[in-house]
Amino acid sequence: MRGPRFVATVTTVVLAVILLTLETPVGAVLLAIQALVFAIGAFIGVKAQPYSIVFRTLVQPRLAPPSEFEDAAPPRFAFLVGFIFTAGAFISLVTGVTVLAYVLVAMALAAAFLNAAFGFCLGCEMYLIGRRVLSRPTGA
Amino acid sequence: MRGLVLILVVLAAASAFGLWRRRTDGQMRSVAPVSAPVPVGDDDPEVDVTTASLTEHGGERLTAAALGAELGKSATLVQFSTAFCQPCRATRRILDEVATMVPGTAHIEIDAEAHLDLVRRLDVRRTPTVFVLDSTGVIAKRAVGLPRKADVIAALGQVIAP
Repeated sequence: MRGPRFVATVTTVVLAVILLTLETPVGAVLLAIQALVFAIGAFIGVKAQPYSIVFRTLVQPRLAPPSEFEDAAPPRFAFLVGFIFTAGAFISLVTGVTVLAYVLVAMALAAAFLNAAFGFCLGCEMYLIGRRVLSRPTGA
Repeated sequence: MRGLVLILVVLAAASAFGLWRRRTDGQMRSVAPVSAPVPVGDDDPEVDVTTASLTEHGGERLTAAALGAELGKSATLVQFSTAFCQPCRATRRILDEVATMVPGTAHIEIDAEAHLDLVRRLDVRRTPTVFVLDSTGVIAKRAVGLPRKADVIAALGQVIAP
């Protein structure tokens, strides 16, 4: 439970810095790095996610053993959603659609903040609605 | 400057949403029974009972066949879950505990993705969604999000009491 919250907190801070620096080269580089971090978490695995590695090597040894472990599937799905948003933002930025880049990063920030502060996984909650929409029964 | 304003707006909106969600999440809500007098044209032969109950989103009867598991003797807790669901595991634990504690109560967990028709019929939008059914399978209560154990017990009390 604490690992995912730590990862979400780091992500929140990074996304906020990206918003502050979006129109500078620093912002573009940070955005690319964050998209890559999401991609690692989504396509390789939650344990390979760089912020998660930082948590396990630097923070976890100083804490009491965890009382409860979380499923890996929800955060992994959330990383995929995060990757889609940040990759989309990066493409928007380099193609000059700066406003869209701001909107996409802001949405990712909202989701990361909700996870960090409240433990809500917004991407996960959208999942069932997505499945309902994508598989509409014919003739309904 | 644009970024800073955006950050403040996003954090304020997300905080408001988070606090509202934390307050309402998992609340047990009563579902109006369909058997209550509904002002539909009297003796109208055109009124289809199934569709009528569909539009109510409740008071509907779920059968063992529809759920794929036997109903409890006095009440049933039906939990809709998905694989990408953080609070589903904690919900499962709470409902299992309550079902063990209250005699005659069954806990049925349904994979929402494998039962999209049922999900649409009951208008389940996110997981976990928990339904409390009476002894005949009629939906009495509905909770969206991780329910509190005391609320589940209280809901069962209302459903089981004569």
